[in-house]
Amino acid sequence: MSASVHDAGPASPPRMRWLSATLGAFNANKTSWVGLVIVVAVILAAAFAPLIAPHDPLEQDILSRLQPPHENYYLGTDYFGRDILSRLLYGARISLVIGVASTVIALVIGSLIGVLAGWYGGRFDVVVMQAMDILLAFPSLILGLILVAMLGPSMENITIAIALTSIPSFARIARAPTITVKERDFIEAGRALAFSDARIMARHILPNIFPEILVMGSLWLAAAIRTEASLAFIGLGVKPPIATWGGMIREGFENILDSYWLVLAPSLAILIIVFALNILGDGLRDAIDPKLKGER
Amino acid sequence: MSAPVLSVQNLQTAFRVGGQWRWAIEDLSFDVAPGETVAIVGESGSGKSVTALSIMRLVSETSGRIEGRIALDGRDLLALSEDEMRKVRGNDVAMIFQEPMTSLNPVLTVGYQISEALRYHRGLDKAAAQAEALRMLEKVRIPSAKTRFGNYPHQLSGGMRQRVMIATALACKPKLLIADEPTTALDVTIQAQILELIKTLQDEEGMSVLFITHDMGVVAEIADRVVVMWKGRKLEDAASEQVFNRPVHGYTKALLAAVPKLGDMEGHGRPLRFPAIDAANGQVKGVPTLAADTVKADEAPLLEVSGLTTRFGIRGGILGRLRGRVHAVENLSFTLQRGETLALVGESGCGKSTTGRTILRLIEPTAGTVRFQGRDVTGLGKGDLLDVRRDMQMIFQDPFASLNPRKSVGAAIAEPIVVHGLAKGSDARDRVAELMRKVGLSPDMGGRFPHEFSGGQRQRLAIARALALSPKLVVADEAVSALDVSVKAQVLNLMLDLQAEFGLAYLFISHDMAVVERVSHRVAVMYLGEIVELGTREAVFADPRHPYTRKLLSAVPVPDPARRSLRRELAVDEIPSPIRALDWKAPAQALVEVAPDHFVRQAV
Repeated sequence: MSASVHDAGPASPPRMRWLSATLGAFNANKTSWVGLVIVVAVILAAAFAPLIAPHDPLEQDILSRLQPPHENYYLGTDYFGRDILSRLLYGARISLVIGVASTVIALVIGSLIGVLAGWYGGRFDVVVMQAMDILLAFPSLILGLILVAMLGPSMENITIAIALTSIPSFARIARAPTITVKERDFIEAGRALAFSDARIMARHILPNIFPEILVMGSLWLAAAIRTEASLAFIGLGVKPPIATWGGMIREGFENILDSYWLVLAPSLAILIIVFALNILGDGLRDAIDPKLKGER
Repeated sequence: MSAPVLSVQNLQTAFRVGGQWRWAIEDLSFDVAPGETVAIVGESGSGKSVTALSIMRLVSETSGRIEGRIALDGRDLLALSEDEMRKVRGNDVAMIFQEPMTSLNPVLTVGYQISEALRYHRGLDKAAAQAEALRMLEKVRIPSAKTRFGNYPHQLSGGMRQRVMIATALACKPKLLIADEPTTALDVTIQAQILELIKTLQDEEGMSVLFITHDMGVVAEIADRVVVMWKGRKLEDAASEQVFNRPVHGYTKALLAAVPKLGDMEGHGRPLRFPAIDAANGQVKGVPTLAADTVKADEAPLLEVSGLTTRFGIRGGILGRLRGRVHAVENLSFTLQRGETLALVGESGCGKSTTGRTILRLIEPTAGTVRFQGRDVTGLGKGDLLDVRRDMQMIFQDPFASLNPRKSVGAAIAEPIVVHGLAKGSDARDRVAELMRKVGLSPDMGGRFPHEFSGGQRQRLAIARALALSPKLVVADEAVSALDVSVKAQVLNLMLDLQAEFGLAYLFISHDMAVVERVSHRVAVMYLGEIVELGTREAVFADPRHPYTRKLLSAVPVPDPARRSLRRELAVDEIPSPIRALDWKAPAQALVEVAPDHFVRQAV
């Protein structure tokens, strides 16, 4: 039969295709490799902080207060004589845990809201998305500040507060492609095959919009880390003496004029991880861009 | 014979795909004489559109390569600089495309767009260009051209837009007009108008036309000479009469055998299968056989639709008040027996697709009842509805869009079986394999993804998935319209075979009268949401009673070049819109039985 003229080559599973498309886009946009390497390095450094850190991050040494960087303390010491490098490594754990946890929570809840609003439409959509718009109207820092002030500054509460500030963004991001995918024939075919709404949303819509959500996830991870640092800087972070990057900047601020390194190291750390996550997100965005996909 | 206007010699066009050059056209040569119409005909991937782009040199210089010689009036176009080529385009050669909406700029009035071409190419001043543009609009028979001059493209219908495109193309009196599938996106009555217009304008202007199409009927209507292409090569190049009456190449014979012709079915009581075609040499094997008698006329009807009405509100203004309604489906009544094919035919906007979707309750009806196996579907709750939907399935026009791109086809076919608990694990796998074999595909293809299949294979997959729940009724919404002729014939044969095997009833929604004549038992002609004529296939085609049915039938292009000299009148009427004011009342009309089993809508 002539219908078999177009026989394609052997099939590869979808995950592999997605991976190779991602790698292809990464190669086309070399800076995304830089982002990936930095992010992986920071994760490893945070994970193995107890092994790498030259000192205990909480150990105070009154005799070596406010020392500039030298061979004993590579990044200097703070007002209490604690090693800044060690505090930086341990602080990365707080930043990453709060950042990742809040982003994952926001991604799951936000996508759920967005897909439901996009799928059911009508009044439900209007009410839910208006509520999201109201949340979105608050600057995320102010909203986080109010929530942490209400809940109290513990690690869990900060995570919840940051998650709440980014749920509306994920809801918006998930809703738009849901509405597009909903109109496509294979969704109508699913309805004709008597699939339940839940099944159509979970098995047919979600896999088609997930890459887009994931890209926004990596960009919002950077935002979450920034918000966490900002909250800590204001004094609503994880309680001292636990090391956080934002808290380190806050503590170093008092002596910034004669001990610049107190603020410089954590500021650079925040800058580098946010920058790396942003270019990684750009790389992922290129990977799922259908225009580049055709060039397989 | 005088010197050809266009002479293409040893044309080869290649595109770079993934770092490799692939030939889209290999060694193509043909001539177009002055005043002659040459049709290039072929299926998708035959290189017919690339030929047009090569002549216009619209192939991207970085990813495409053109070799050979393309001479226009003796001047080699491939040797010209890009600046000189720009002067040739529009001035000497003009082109019209399939989709007139995308080829017109949506933010400029049509009058401006035509006069722009005149000012640019012919150096007319503003007033002269406008006067000339208005004359062009009148020339392409646009009614009340003066008001249309200031309209934007979206305010015009598809047929009007194509007329504007033709006016733009003819503005500079080109020697050659290249028309790339100009009527494919249009309804059949509008297609007839546009073909007639092109023929008339060609006589008036004395230009040559290179007409690219996949439709053998259109070829027969318009072409003096036919070039048959297949996979980038020319197979046949001869006068129309010869190609249609004495085709030389096997592929041409196969192509002609696969085209259903209106009137083919005279004297056949049942649907007729298409002849089998040997893929190796394109020879027709054996004679077409009549489908088995599948209609269970003595049983109670499988589907009874009565008074079905579907309307959509149109809201407008600041307060979003109801302004009018689209009367998509108006008071529709018909029945369908087991094993029967009822065709719903009509042009775009007649409500045929809405009818199909309303029966499955993918769209909620405004009024009326749909009884399926004696059960009223319109009153069912959600759970019962899911139950009934198992026995009613749907096949869509675009099989690629109807398959989830992220699911392997095996998983897609298995999903309904597993979800509805019909089989599990290896039983489900066996069932999927059986279904794939039933639709003529190898079960080992189950691990592949939709994009790895051809259009015909995808439609087979969509059919396999629809059959997974062993339905009794299949709503086929333009199921073969997007397929190439030869593939279309195979899929239709498959549908006839499955009907014989499983006793399926089809609600066959289509705009293609020739296909409908071939496969259906009964026909309902729809116009503006209403059935205007309903009867057995023989009665409707042999003895059409309603004026609209007659008009529809006479507009269908017939693959017989002897009819080329026949001229229809240059009609410009449009398909009216089903949008009505809120207080609109339907005229008092009803379906009246004019002969046994033959109903026509008449005033009562």
